[in-house]
Amino acid sequence: MGIDLAVMWFFIIVFATLMYIVMDGFDLGIGILFPFVRDKHCRDVMVNSVAPVWDGNETWLVLGGAALFGAFPLAYAVIIDALTIPLSLMLIGLIFRGVAFEFRFNATPAHRPFWDKAFQGGSLLATFFQGVVVGAVISGFPVSGRQFIGGALDWLTPFNLFCGLGLVIAYALLGASWLIMKSEDPLQERMRRLTPWLLLALLVVMAIISLWTPLKHPAIASRWFTTPNIFFLLPVPGLVLLCSLAIWRTARSESYAHALPFVLTLGLIFLGFSGLGISIWPHIIPPDITLWDAASPSQSLGFMLIGALFIIPFILVYSFWSYYVFRGKVRHGEGYH
Amino acid sequence: MFGLDAFHLARIQFAFTVSFHIIFPAITIGLASYLAVLEGLWLKRKNPVYRSLYQFWSKIFAANFGMGVVSGLVMAYQFGTNWSGFSQFAGSITGTLLTYEVLTAFFLEAGFLGVMLFGWNRVGPGLHFFATCMVALGTIFSTFWILASNSWMQTPQGFSIHNGQVVPEDWFAVIFNPSFPYRLLHMSIAAFLSTAFFVGASAAWHLLRGNHSQTVRTMFSMSLWMAVIVTPIQAVVGDMHGLNTLKYQPAKIAAIEGHWENKPGEPTPLLLFGLPDMEQERTRFAIGIPALGSLILTHSLDKQVPALKSFAKEDRPPSAIVFWSFRMMAGLGMLMMLLGVISLWLRYRDKLYTSRPFLRFALCMGPSGLIAILAGWVTTEVGRQPWVVYNLMRTRDAVSAHSDLQMSISLGVFFLVYISVFGVGYSYMMRLIKKGPPPPEQFALDNADKPHSGLISSAKEPR
Repeated sequence: MGIDLAVMWFFIIVFATLMYIVMDGFDLGIGILFPFVRDKHCRDVMVNSVAPVWDGNETWLVLGGAALFGAFPLAYAVIIDALTIPLSLMLIGLIFRGVAFEFRFNATPAHRPFWDKAFQGGSLLATFFQGVVVGAVISGFPVSGRQFIGGALDWLTPFNLFCGLGLVIAYALLGASWLIMKSEDPLQERMRRLTPWLLLALLVVMAIISLWTPLKHPAIASRWFTTPNIFFLLPVPGLVLLCSLAIWRTARSESYAHALPFVLTLGLIFLGFSGLGISIWPHIIPPDITLWDAASPSQSLGFMLIGALFIIPFILVYSFWSYYVFRGKVRHGEGYH
Repeated sequence: MFGLDAFHLARIQFAFTVSFHIIFPAITIGLASYLAVLEGLWLKRKNPVYRSLYQFWSKIFAANFGMGVVSGLVMAYQFGTNWSGFSQFAGSITGTLLTYEVLTAFFLEAGFLGVMLFGWNRVGPGLHFFATCMVALGTIFSTFWILASNSWMQTPQGFSIHNGQVVPEDWFAVIFNPSFPYRLLHMSIAAFLSTAFFVGASAAWHLLRGNHSQTVRTMFSMSLWMAVIVTPIQAVVGDMHGLNTLKYQPAKIAAIEGHWENKPGEPTPLLLFGLPDMEQERTRFAIGIPALGSLILTHSLDKQVPALKSFAKEDRPPSAIVFWSFRMMAGLGMLMMLLGVISLWLRYRDKLYTSRPFLRFALCMGPSGLIAILAGWVTTEVGRQPWVVYNLMRTRDAVSAHSDLQMSISLGVFFLVYISVFGVGYSYMMRLIKKGPPPPEQFALDNADKPHSGLISSAKEPR
């Protein structure tokens, strides 16, 4: 058999996670940016710019979870079990910000500030704990047989919490550059001024994580810092710097296409994420369990693969179409509601 | 917490979160198809009443859908957080079917929902109708996969077991397992019916308050036709589902009937009342109709229904719960049928919209479909116990090894969040319903080619 089904599913899950991070990233980022924007109308524009698409964005997270469940049941059982607390907090965050989309508009005026806070707090909570989850996956899980044997609070480490903070900044940058594309002054101007700061903060965070990870995990260090790997991997930090310079320039000046900062930020996030993938491959439950150990029987992988290869292109087409329908600037008063 | 161990707390958490969740999809499934019908009628007949009803119900649909998405997200992760034993045992089947649900249903719904809710001014009416239909189709696909998954847990087939893991051998057999067709039909119809009763009650509320607009009347009339035609179909499907359960899960039927032992030559009665007692192995205070149980379940007057005592003690589902949940569901079904029959009579007498006792009855029946769905699911899920996958894995072996303290906190937090968020959400939905449909005149157009242009004015109104 020429195709390794487990590897294909690993890539599909990585793809779904990446789609999730970039797509829900900017709409969670909008919630994180709420404290920087006080004006009610600007906030409406922010929410309306993602209202038609957030559901679809969040579905990638469900796909990631479901595909992990179906393709790597052992990994699903161990990772989700080990991360029960941060994942539950993430879900609670997603509940609050998810319902806030509709509730902000349906609430009585007295309730509205509460749902604004729920949107903001929920987005922040969900993002922070997603970052913690990412950190915990890099850090690995102790497993014996087919059971997670660590404690319920193993995830509570400085490194994981720092990853949480890092993701908050990453999503805020995605949100800010998205709004440069989708809004007009004064909101756009505000975001243009915010973007370079967020970019700087993100670069600092990325640098710290890039140093901290190999220091903490010798296996990851040897993957990156041995020949010949280092020659193949060296372009990653180079491209990160290049992307950052371009974001800096395009965000600060009106003369570039308004979509550029956002597109470049997507590139930046993609690079950061691929660095993560390089670090953990081919372990699906780092540090010991490989994706082949955790995979479902080939009958499941094969059956799912038929569906995935056939349906995901359609999903991409109509998702893109939906974005296309709602292209252009969101103006105040144009409320979709 | 309250002397319960982590295992029972995990079960309560699952029951609680899934019960809260199912209410939203049930309404979503029904409303999506209702909206597709309304928009189709509007395009065909150009009657603005349908467009006004669409506008009205799509807002309620949006609020309901959002709550369904976030409460469903919790479900997708709860298998892993609390039921890791089950996940690694049966993930090869349950996870695969869930993946198909995400791919074919969730993306379809979410992808077209934006256009459906916010796209009136951005796409033509044909394309908009297409988006509504895709959302409705997504809800049907979703029902298909999740019920295939649940039915496989009830009546598993098409698999083998290697190294403590289920290996699917024949996907057709896995998906179209014996109980699936009946459960799919029974639940889909239940979702349509509960929506019809929900819509009907909303109309009844407005009629009782003196709002006799054509929109409200149309809404009332449509939902009552659903009640008249679909309730009897549901009764027949339910009967077939029961016979299927008798064949494949006889212990569940015995528990539902509170039926402990068969005496030679005596047909099984139908108990109308009773308090099944698992310890004493009998049903106390039983009041029954002789032979009716045999008649309903075996369609004969002499065959016997299996009795609980013929199953090992540790394999018996808790009869005290399913005995009553089943009777609640069946009783509500009969009330629904009664409402349908009365509506036919009143329609004939031309008093459908004016008979206040009837309007009050319809109002009270608003939540009946949803309560019946909950009661039905309690019956089928509790009736599967002590198994999580019938005859393959016991629920006790499926649970994650969390501490009692952690499960208590987690249950407490989810309880608070659900009650507050979804409680408030329901109150907002009620507020939207009380506002009533917008006057259809604003959708009456001089230019029939551009039916969506009428909305521009309304879209700019502040909410």
